[in-house]
Amino acid sequence: MKHATKKPLRSVGTRPVRPDGIDKVTGRALFSADFNLPDALHGAVLRSPFAHARILSIDTTRALALAGVKAVVTASDMPAIPDDKVMINAQPPDFRDMSANILAREKVLYEGHAIAAVAAKDAETANRALQLIDIEYEVLPHVIDVQQAMEPGAPLLHENLITKGINPAPVQASNIASRHEQVHGDVELGFAQADIILTEEFTTQPVHQGYIEPHACLARVASDGQTEIWCSSQGQFMVRAYCARLLDMPLSQIRVMPLEIGGGFGGKTTVYLEPLAVLLSRKSGLPVKMQMSRADVFRATGPAPGSYISMKIGARKDGTLVAAQGILCYQAGAFAGSPVRLGCMTAFAPYDIANVKLIGYDIVVNRPKSAAYRAPGAPMASFAAESLIDMLAQRLDMDPIDLRIRNAAREGTRTAYGPSFKEIGYLETLEAARAHPHYAAPLGKNQGRGVASGFWFNIGGQSSAALTLNEDGTVMVATGNPDIGGSRASMALMAAEVLQIDVSQVRPQIVDTSSIAYSDLTGGSRVTFAVGMAVIQAASDMVVKLQERAATLWDVSVEHVRWQDGCAVTDVEGREERLSLAALAAQTAKTGGPIAAHVSLNAQGAGPGFGTHICDVEVDPDTGRVTVLRYTAVQDVGKAVHPSYVEGQLQGGAAQGIGWALNEAYMYDENGAQLNPGFLDYRVPVASDLPMIDTVLVEVPNPRHPFGVRGVGEVPIIPPLGAVANAVSRASGVRHVDLPMSPPAVLKAIQRAARRRR
Amino acid sequence: MQYQAPTRLDDVAALLASAGGHGRVMAGGTDLLARFAGGMPRPAVLVDIKRVAELMVIEQDSDGGFTVGAGVCGAAINENAILRQAWPGVTEAMDLIGSVQIQGRASLGGNLCNASPAADSVPALIAAGASCRILGSRGERTLAVADVIHSPGKTCLGTDEFIVSFYLPPRPARSADAYLRLIPRSEMDIAVAGAAVNLTLDDEGVVVSASVALGAVSPVPLLVPRAADVMLGTRLDNDVMVQLKSVVSASCRPINDKRGTIDYRNHVAGVLAVRAALIAGQRATAKERA
Repeated sequence: MKHATKKPLRSVGTRPVRPDGIDKVTGRALFSADFNLPDALHGAVLRSPFAHARILSIDTTRALALAGVKAVVTASDMPAIPDDKVMINAQPPDFRDMSANILAREKVLYEGHAIAAVAAKDAETANRALQLIDIEYEVLPHVIDVQQAMEPGAPLLHENLITKGINPAPVQASNIASRHEQVHGDVELGFAQADIILTEEFTTQPVHQGYIEPHACLARVASDGQTEIWCSSQGQFMVRAYCARLLDMPLSQIRVMPLEIGGGFGGKTTVYLEPLAVLLSRKSGLPVKMQMSRADVFRATGPAPGSYISMKIGARKDGTLVAAQGILCYQAGAFAGSPVRLGCMTAFAPYDIANVKLIGYDIVVNRPKSAAYRAPGAPMASFAAESLIDMLAQRLDMDPIDLRIRNAAREGTRTAYGPSFKEIGYLETLEAARAHPHYAAPLGKNQGRGVASGFWFNIGGQSSAALTLNEDGTVMVATGNPDIGGSRASMALMAAEVLQIDVSQVRPQIVDTSSIAYSDLTGGSRVTFAVGMAVIQAASDMVVKLQERAATLWDVSVEHVRWQDGCAVTDVEGREERLSLAALAAQTAKTGGPIAAHVSLNAQGAGPGFGTHICDVEVDPDTGRVTVLRYTAVQDVGKAVHPSYVEGQLQGGAAQGIGWALNEAYMYDENGAQLNPGFLDYRVPVASDLPMIDTVLVEVPNPRHPFGVRGVGEVPIIPPLGAVANAVSRASGVRHVDLPMSPPAVLKAIQRAARRRR
Repeated sequence: MQYQAPTRLDDVAALLASAGGHGRVMAGGTDLLARFAGGMPRPAVLVDIKRVAELMVIEQDSDGGFTVGAGVCGAAINENAILRQAWPGVTEAMDLIGSVQIQGRASLGGNLCNASPAADSVPALIAAGASCRILGSRGERTLAVADVIHSPGKTCLGTDEFIVSFYLPPRPARSADAYLRLIPRSEMDIAVAGAAVNLTLDDEGVVVSASVALGAVSPVPLLVPRAADVMLGTRLDNDVMVQLKSVVSASCRPINDKRGTIDYRNHVAGVLAVRAALIAGQRATAKERA
C-alpha cells in the first residue's frame, strides 16, 4: 500500500476524545439490557441444581398452564445438528456441543446448566413458571478437578468420548478429549547438554472474564419467520451465524443489531440466550427479552480453563536455554475444546530454544464450558515457563532480564511451534524494561520484584468497511465489529489520516448485519489491524475517486491531480488550484453522483506481539497478604493508533492478570455447586487493590500494515501471572507454584518453608 | 410490602407492634435491600427509621460519654472529629464497611441488628463497652452491645423493639481503641477475621484496663476477657504480645467456609489482636503527649 510508515502522521498517534465517550459517561449509550420493545415478554431460564445428572423426564404442563405464561422451550425444540453441520470448515466451535450447552439434552453436566426456558408476561410469572417445570433427575457422581478427571475410575461426562490425537485410538472412553503434541528438535539431546535442569509442577484455577455487563438480548420473530435480535456480543455476524446454524435457519432471515458491549474479553464470542429468545418469540409471537443475573453469568458462562502443568527446563551455566519439556492439562469444562494447543504454542515462544517438547491434554469436567479469555490458553502456560526462567535466574544469580535477553527470540528465530519470526520487538521490550526507573528502584523489607514476558500471535481475518462522503464533506465510516476497546476512535483516526482531514470530520458507526458485508468476530486482537486495513483501503479508494471528480471539474487528466491536506490539488499555469472535500461533496451531482467506498478483505500479515512486565509486591509474613506496590507494563504495540486506548489495554490486561494471580477462584461445595457466584467472594481486584499501572509503548512497526499496527489487546494479560508470582516468591523467599496466591495459600507456603529450614 | 417512614419514636414502636412480627426495621438498608434483591421474602411492613430525629444525632454528654443514633450513617460518624478522637477504633471499624456510597447509608444499628458474625463495627463497640437503648411497645431498656446478638442472623430484640441509640462511656485519660480486620482485598470485602482492642494506660504507660473483642471467628462477635487479662499491668512488651497472640488464637471458635479456614482464622485473629493492641497503646500514649 501507498502509505508508508515513514511518512509523518497527522492523526494516527493522537489522543482525541472517543466518539462514543459522551454517550458512555452520560449513560445514554444503549447496552444490551437497555433495549426494550413494547409488549416484550420476559424470558427466564431453568438451570440445573446438580453438577452431573441424567434427565429422566421433563414435564412442562403445569408451567404452561400458569396464567401469563406464553411459551416454554426445552432441548426438544432445538433442531438436532446433523453430522455435516457440526462444524463450519472443520473449525471449532462444535455446534452440537453448543446446542447441548444452551439447553441440556439427556444429561446436565454442571450446576447452572440450562434445561428449559420460559416466556411470560413479567419476571414474577416467568420465575414462578420455572418452579412448575417438573424434572426427574438421576444424580450422578461428578468431577471438577482436572487431575481427578483424568483418573481411570473418574465419573465420565460423555460416555462415548474417545481421546483424539492418540494412535492407535483408545478403546475406552475417558474425560480426556484430546492429546496434542508439539515437538521441536530433540529434547533428550537438549537436556544432555544442560548443566542445570529445573523441574516444577504448577496449578492455576479457572477464572472468569468478569465483564461488567451480564449477557442479555431481545429477539422478535415475525409471522413470516423474519428474525431480529438486539444484543451485545463480540460479533453481530457471529450471533447471526451461530443462531442460524443452531436453529437451522437461512442467514438472510436473521438481522442482528449490535448494542454497546460492556466488556467481553473473549467471553462474548459465543451465544447462550439468543437462540432461546428466538425460539420463545417464535412460539409466542411476541418479542422476548432475556437477561442473565450475575450469578447466572458465573454459573453458566465461560471461564478461562484451570490447569495443571508439569514443566522442565535445561540450561548451560552461562544461562543459555537448551531444552524445555512439559505436560499441560487444561480444564475444558463440560464440553471439549480448551485452548491447550495455544498454551503449548505460546509457552516458550519468547525464547530461542533448540529443543522443546510439549504435550497438551484437553480435559472435560463438571464445570461450565470454558470460553475464550484474552490470549486463550497462554497465561497459564506462560506462568509455568516464566516461573522456571525466574528460578533459573535465581540459581545462576543472574539478572532475570539479562537472562531473558540472552535467550530472546529475534527476527529469524524458528519458533517451537513451526514458523520463524519476521520483524518482532521482544528484545526492545526487555531493553526498555531494564532501562525503566522502576527496575532500579530500591526495595524494602518483605518486598520483592518479579519480571515476566509474554507472546501472542495476533490475527487478521475477514473484514469489511464502508465509507460514505456526506453532502457537506464530512465522512461516515461504517464497520461490522462491536467497539470493544476504542475501535470507533481508531477507525476514525485511520480514515482521517488517509483522507488528510481532521478526525472531527469523521463519524464512525457500528452497523447491523444487514447494513454491511461480513466481518469475522472481534477477537485475536484483530480489529484495529484487520478492520483498520479495510478502512484504510476504503479511504484510499475514496481519495482516488475524489481525485477523479476533481479532474472532471477542472477538465484535466487525473494524473495531474494530487491529494493534499484534505483537498484535491492541481497546477494551472503555475498556479495551485484546490478543491476541498466539502467543495467536491457539494458538486457530486455534476461529477457522477454520491461518493462511497466499500472494501471487504481477508487481512494477512498480522504482527506478533510481545510484552515484558515488572511487578513489585510486599508480602505480610504474618498473614500472607500480598500488596502490589508498583507495576510497569512494557509492550511492543507496532504503532499505537490512539495511545490512550492502547495504554488502557495494557493496564486492563495487567489488572485482570493480577486478579488471576492473587485472589480470583471459583469455590465449590462437595456436590459440585458454586459457592461464590458473585463479585463479593469472586475477588476481582478493586481499584484500591492496584497501584497506578505504568505503561511503556514500544513501537517496532509491523511492515505489513500501512501504519505499522500490531494487535495489542491480548499480550498484556499473559505476563502478570508470572510477574506477580516471581515477585511474591522473591519477597517471601519461597517459590509459589499454585495460583491464586491468596493470603492463606501464601501463609501456608511461608510456614512450610520455615518448618523445612528448622 | 407496605413502606412506612415515621418521624416519631413512638410511631416506630406502634407500627412494629401492629405488624405482629411481620414488620422489619430498615436503617441504611444496605443489607436488607441486597437480601430482597437476592430473593428473600419481603415483610408486610417496612419501617424506615431514618426520619426519626433521635436516631440521627451524635451528642456528647457533659461527662464525655457519647450518644450515637442508631441510624447515623458511617460517613457522618467519621466526619465527627471529637468522636473520632475519643473512639478511633469504633469509628475506623465503621469506616471499613463498604464503599463511599454504602458509607452514606450504613449505620451502627443496622450493622448490629444484621447480626453477622463478621460485622466490623460490632467487635469495636463491644470492646468499647458500648450499650444500646432499646425501645418497644411496652417500654424501654438498656442492653450491653455484647448481649444483643443471639446467634448468626438473630438478635434478642422483640419483634416490636428497635435500637434508638448507642452509648459510649466517658474516657479516662490515656485511653484509646483500635480495630483491624483481614480481607484479601483492600476494601469492599467481608472480614476473614477482625480484632478490636480498647486500652487505658496509667501515667507510667502500664495497662490499667483492657478489653479485646473478635469478629468472624465464632458464631457471634466474641469478647475475650482472658486476652484482656494478659495485658493488664503490662507495658505491652514482646513477651506479652506473644502470649496475647496465643490466648486469642486459642479462644477462637471459627468455621471453615468460603472466606477462610479454621486454622487461618485462628492464626490471623491472634496476629490482628497483637497489632490492634500495639496501635491502641500508641494512640493512648500519643494522647498523653497531646
